[in-house]
Amino acid sequence: MAHADTTPKLYGLMAEFETPEQLLEAARRTRDAGYRHFDCYTPFPIHGLTAAMGVKEAKVPWTVFICGLLGAIGAFTLQVWTSVVDYPLNIGGRDLLSWPYFVPITFEGMVLAAAFGAFFGTHIYNRMLSYYHPVFNVPQFVRASTDRFFVCIESKDPKFNRDETYRFLQSLNPLSVVEVPE
Amino acid sequence: MQQTIRAPEVQIKEFPLFEGAQNYERITEQITRIPMERHPLAWTIMFGLGFIGATSLVMALAWLLINGVGLWGINQPVGWGFDIINFVWWIGIGHAGTLISAILLLLRQAWRMSINRFAEAMTIFAVMCAGLFPLFHTGRPWVAYWLFPIPNWLAMWPQFRSPLEWDVWAVSTYFTVSVLFWYMGLIPDLAKMRDRAKTHLQRVVNGIFALGWRNSAIHWMRWEQAYLLLAGLSTPLVLSVHSIVSLDFAISIVPGWHVTIFPPYFVAGAIFSGFAMVLTLVIPFRILYPKLQEYITMNHIDWMAKVMLATGWIVFYGYLCEMFFGWYSGVQFEQFLVVNRFFGPYWPAFWALILCNGIIPQVLWLPKVRHNLLALFIISIIVNIGMWLERFVIIVISLHRDFQTSAWGMYTPTINDWWLYLSTIGFFVMMMFVFARFIPMLAVAELKELWYRLYHGHNGHAHAPATQHAPAPQGGGQ
Repeated sequence: MAHADTTPKLYGLMAEFETPEQLLEAARRTRDAGYRHFDCYTPFPIHGLTAAMGVKEAKVPWTVFICGLLGAIGAFTLQVWTSVVDYPLNIGGRDLLSWPYFVPITFEGMVLAAAFGAFFGTHIYNRMLSYYHPVFNVPQFVRASTDRFFVCIESKDPKFNRDETYRFLQSLNPLSVVEVPE
Repeated sequence: MQQTIRAPEVQIKEFPLFEGAQNYERITEQITRIPMERHPLAWTIMFGLGFIGATSLVMALAWLLINGVGLWGINQPVGWGFDIINFVWWIGIGHAGTLISAILLLLRQAWRMSINRFAEAMTIFAVMCAGLFPLFHTGRPWVAYWLFPIPNWLAMWPQFRSPLEWDVWAVSTYFTVSVLFWYMGLIPDLAKMRDRAKTHLQRVVNGIFALGWRNSAIHWMRWEQAYLLLAGLSTPLVLSVHSIVSLDFAISIVPGWHVTIFPPYFVAGAIFSGFAMVLTLVIPFRILYPKLQEYITMNHIDWMAKVMLATGWIVFYGYLCEMFFGWYSGVQFEQFLVVNRFFGPYWPAFWALILCNGIIPQVLWLPKVRHNLLALFIISIIVNIGMWLERFVIIVISLHRDFQTSAWGMYTPTINDWWLYLSTIGFFVMMMFVFARFIPMLAVAELKELWYRLYHGHNGHAHAPATQHAPAPQGGGQ
């Protein structure tokens, strides 16, 4: 046990910037340098940042679309099955399959399911409710929600090398570069 | 330059959305500090008054459950009295919140960023108040689950061809989606509260509700996608909700209700009353929390007043259409209804409505009035009353004298009607002050993004100064 390695594993290296413009430049250069496992942290959404990082994703819109479609089909089917098959009711002599009367609830079912898809989809993809994350170990990281902009290159990136990556991040002219313990 | 069509961003520079010198730190600090520091004495007083109202609401509902809806003034022929008037009134108030948060987002109206959180909170609490009335109007609220398609021992299903059933779906969907949309926008701001917390308790509670948000760019991307889609879903939703509410009336054959103009006219009325309520709330909150004045500027107030003026005209056009349809229908019952509104036993309600919604709001044409907070506050209260009267006129005057003279009657609200109605206002006030106490009242992340976009973006400043005076204009369009 005496020889056990007690230094914490490294999650990655984090560079801190003062403005969104510097961060955008840093994200683009990190991407160009061949890094793939890195993320940026910003106090508000910055237009064009994910494009600079080379991230392209449409999981959320597709989830919303599919949920909305299922919601609409579900609500319409429910109304048709209950009103035509399971409990047919003569309302003012109308057809049992009086579909225009089913439109409002079909629409509401679509919106409800799509909204659930948007909310829960986003949080499931974001792995929310994971209250611990290594980036929180960095003392200055609290400012990521106020006025600082961060890039973190993760150690699982094949190109990651503690010294080289450190030098690379320094070359981006940040305020600071720090290690992020696991 | 002056007369050409300008990009919204340039217009905004002429009408600043921020007052005073701002930076990211200041915006965050000013807004997130409010829930974290001691609250002013006025907060305690207002919360106390609201709490009395909410307690009174519980008692009113208990009294109602003990005695039944016979306590109310409803009768034959006026089976829909205060319960439905108040339901439509409250739900209409809620609609401005969704309009501000969703429709103005899609229309890229930058001024919404300062008021959307506040207005959405108003929506949620107003819909809570609205839902109570039809629930208790059923007489047996403990079997309200029959309204939902739940398999039950009666082997019975809801009647899906009824607008009243559509209403159940529309209002419950509206409430759910409003809460999701609101919470979605709140998560990053709760993370800001967590990061700036002064006590352990604040850190833990805000941290739990922030769901572990860590400001990751990839998370922001999905958040933005979802936020925009929720706005896109809420926009037709809010239009559908009040349209469906209006169909409760329009699908019947009652004179004054069987009108095709009802859906758009109801939606406009909802937005009109909702903006009035936003002003009624924002004006005192700005005084109570002076920090908000840097973000909810006089320009914001001015625009809200203009929206109120415009929607007020749509509503007034609706009144004129109703009169025209009454005459042009050639149906004696419809024609009688118009005359009965003018000169019948409820004439004071009708003429007060015209005064409150049609005539008094016209003073908003004057810029001087739009910049006078006291005048605006009074007008917003008048519009709230006017919109309540509108529902009274539509519901009571139509029902009390319809086809058969032998079936005519009168409706007088009882003390219990007023008790329940005024108590919901107390509950609403309490909830707004609870909201102000614990939750950042403005959307901090969105405001910072807006500030960055307006004053720092797309001009290539690699090292923009940390603090910049907001109203500085920066040349032409982009």
